Amino acid sequence: MKADPKGVLTGNHYLDGDHACAEGAIAAGCRFLAGYPITPSTEVAERVAERFPRVGGIFIQMEDEMGSMAAVIGAAWGGVKSMTVTSGPGFSLMMENIGLAAMMEAPCVVINVQRGGPSTGLPTLPGQADMMQARWGSHGDYEIIALSPNSPQECFEVVIEAFNLSEKYRVPVLVMADECVGHMTEKVVIPKAEEIELYPRRYTKLPPNKYLPFKPGEDMVPEMIKAGDGYKIHVTGLTHDEKGYPVMSWEAQEKLVRRLVEKIRLNAEIVHVEEIDTEDAEVVVLSYGISSRVAIPAIKKARKEGIKAGQLRLVIVWPFPEEKVRELAKKINAFVVVEMNYGQMFYEVERCVAGDCKTILVPHGGGWVHDPEDIYKAIKEAVK
Amino acid sequence: MKAVETVPAPEVIEHPMESLLRMDRIPHIWCSTCGIGTALTSFAEALKRIDTPLEKVCVVSGIGCTGRVAGYVKLDSFHSTHGRAIPFATGLKLANPELKVVVFSGDGDIIGIGGNHFIHAARRNMDMVVICVNNFIYAMTGGQVAATTPLTANTSTSPYGNFEQPFNLPHLAASCGAVYVARWTALHVRRSAKSMAEALNKKGFSFIEIICPCSTLYARRNKLGDGLSLMKFYHDNSVIKHGADTRELDIEFQKKIIVGKFIDRERPTFLESYNNGLKQVLKDKFVPYGGAHAD
Amino acid sequence: MSPGSDGKFWRKPLDYDKLEIPHGEIHIIKERCKGCGFCVEYCPRDVLELSTEFNTKGYHSPQVVKEDACVHCGLCEMLCPEFAIFVTEKPKEEVKKVES
Repeated sequence: MKADPKGVLTGNHYLDGDHACAEGAIAAGCRFLAGYPITPSTEVAERVAERFPRVGGIFIQMEDEMGSMAAVIGAAWGGVKSMTVTSGPGFSLMMENIGLAAMMEAPCVVINVQRGGPSTGLPTLPGQADMMQARWGSHGDYEIIALSPNSPQECFEVVIEAFNLSEKYRVPVLVMADECVGHMTEKVVIPKAEEIELYPRRYTKLPPNKYLPFKPGEDMVPEMIKAGDGYKIHVTGLTHDEKGYPVMSWEAQEKLVRRLVEKIRLNAEIVHVEEIDTEDAEVVVLSYGISSRVAIPAIKKARKEGIKAGQLRLVIVWPFPEEKVRELAKKINAFVVVEMNYGQMFYEVERCVAGDCKTILVPHGGGWVHDPEDIYKAIKEAVK
Repeated sequence: MKAVETVPAPEVIEHPMESLLRMDRIPHIWCSTCGIGTALTSFAEALKRIDTPLEKVCVVSGIGCTGRVAGYVKLDSFHSTHGRAIPFATGLKLANPELKVVVFSGDGDIIGIGGNHFIHAARRNMDMVVICVNNFIYAMTGGQVAATTPLTANTSTSPYGNFEQPFNLPHLAASCGAVYVARWTALHVRRSAKSMAEALNKKGFSFIEIICPCSTLYARRNKLGDGLSLMKFYHDNSVIKHGADTRELDIEFQKKIIVGKFIDRERPTFLESYNNGLKQVLKDKFVPYGGAHAD
Repeated sequence: MSPGSDGKFWRKPLDYDKLEIPHGEIHIIKERCKGCGFCVEYCPRDVLELSTEFNTKGYHSPQVVKEDACVHCGLCEMLCPEFAIFVTEKPKEEVKKVES
């Protein structure tokens, strides 16, 4: 289905990443945001607070991030596309309820504009150190989808993609931006509403006496309802059966949690990467977010000196594009992983590569972007 | 010696509340002489007297013994995380303002871990009814001290007696701005049903505290007998004082309990303020929220 | 219905001949009962007592001992935490003189 023109600010804009995220959400049909201010994500909420009353949305600033995430899930069950925005410290607070969203299979989007951590860290400076937390942050076994935009334009697009993925797979989807992309201002082209494709919520057509809230379809995803439609379902964070009733047994756990994990893990179509010059590459820089842009000059410099360097940029970071990485690993000499942390996605690369090629990490504590020289040096190291 | 009589097959007779209960999950998990079932029965009675159709009534609960209520009512019910029933209900209500949202949870869940959400929802006058079953203890986890445990009471984490001053819940709710505040005990079945019905038919943040016996933990640990002994205590020691000053409603260990309807006032709800305010400022540029529609 | 602590009328109520005292028929779902005793304790007419029999869970459920005394007040039904007892209205009968 197409976007609602009322919410789409078609035209050429000069926006920063945060503002572009807000526009992307509104274009995607999000009409509920419950958030709590935290640098550097506050601007998303601020823009939404201003725009929602003009497009028919509700914004509420909650008393804390736990309340924000709980309200987001409640709103999802109330029948509206909902989201929240935060950064590192708030992300940590939201973890319990992200697990609840995964367990209840509530479609929602959480934007984390990452900053330097841990703890209060560097509130106004970038980081990319929450990547593993995005995947494993809440307790228990579950899978989520996480995306990483590398420009304000991509912020707009990725947020729409996030909403579509969350509706398709009934899973909380995380947008792992960073302060650099969030606060950089660039040209953002917002297309016409008819050009924006949206995935509608998978409401069931079954009558209440035949509908089972957690009975999966062919793709392991159950159909949804919204509260107040007479279905009278019970939804719980406890391990439950297809009716939604809590069942305290290992069989129910196996049936439910395995499906929660596999509906993402085994859906091979959840891949979105961008490849630059990888066809003939001997070294591939694997990165995401702002780091991927910082790597470009290094790759260009290497190419000038005859090193066949390329880039594999992850847009969907979780689930990790294992097949793509394994396929490349068989052809190339080395992966150079560039990320603004001391090694997080790097271990995923190592795991998938399993020795088929070298893996080199170019870490960075955050607070500023990499020096392209360091990336170039690592590329040179890789071909030795 | 008499031969063992065969147990006759149970008759199929339907309790009038069965249309409201998920009968495939009955009998419930609450202990013998626990008062939560009684509070739930009062709630069911109240539901007969409200204007909203039952499809639009949603129950949200948190974690704990009372939190299990959501699993037994045949309504759209949500069993969320510990302390987060109120913000969950906030999201639910704002997404679909036609819903009648009831938060039915325990004192530990609503006032302990959920305290922050409680005071803000009351302050905002979020349109919901909060029924707080107060058994003075964290029962589900084995009987730990709660923010409502009376001074000197024994719990598993206050084995020498509780030395912390507990909350006075009606006073807390009233000072935060709740528009309807009442306290009853589980024994006051008719009065609590009436209060619940009044609150359900009222707009704004309503708070009803139901003092319930906890037999296995609170009563046993404090050598008070069982739930029935506590009910008898409520019978002999509860005093009805409608409109009493909420400052005087503290509960001391095994002393008089003042019950009644204390606050019943009008204030614009969150959505009313939000919509009216925006309309005034934005005039015809204001597009009110169109209702639940995830498309 | 009877002013005065000795339970006798000190004057005959004006609508005495039109009065109908409701009578209830008590239904006990024995298997659901957990023997809490609320209904027994708070029946205003002492209609119920805990029986000596056990149900399959080992609890003593209530039994009706004064069937005619039930006035369909519904307190047992409202107090029961287990949804195990309820009252239905017996068909209307002739007005009986009230005996305390």
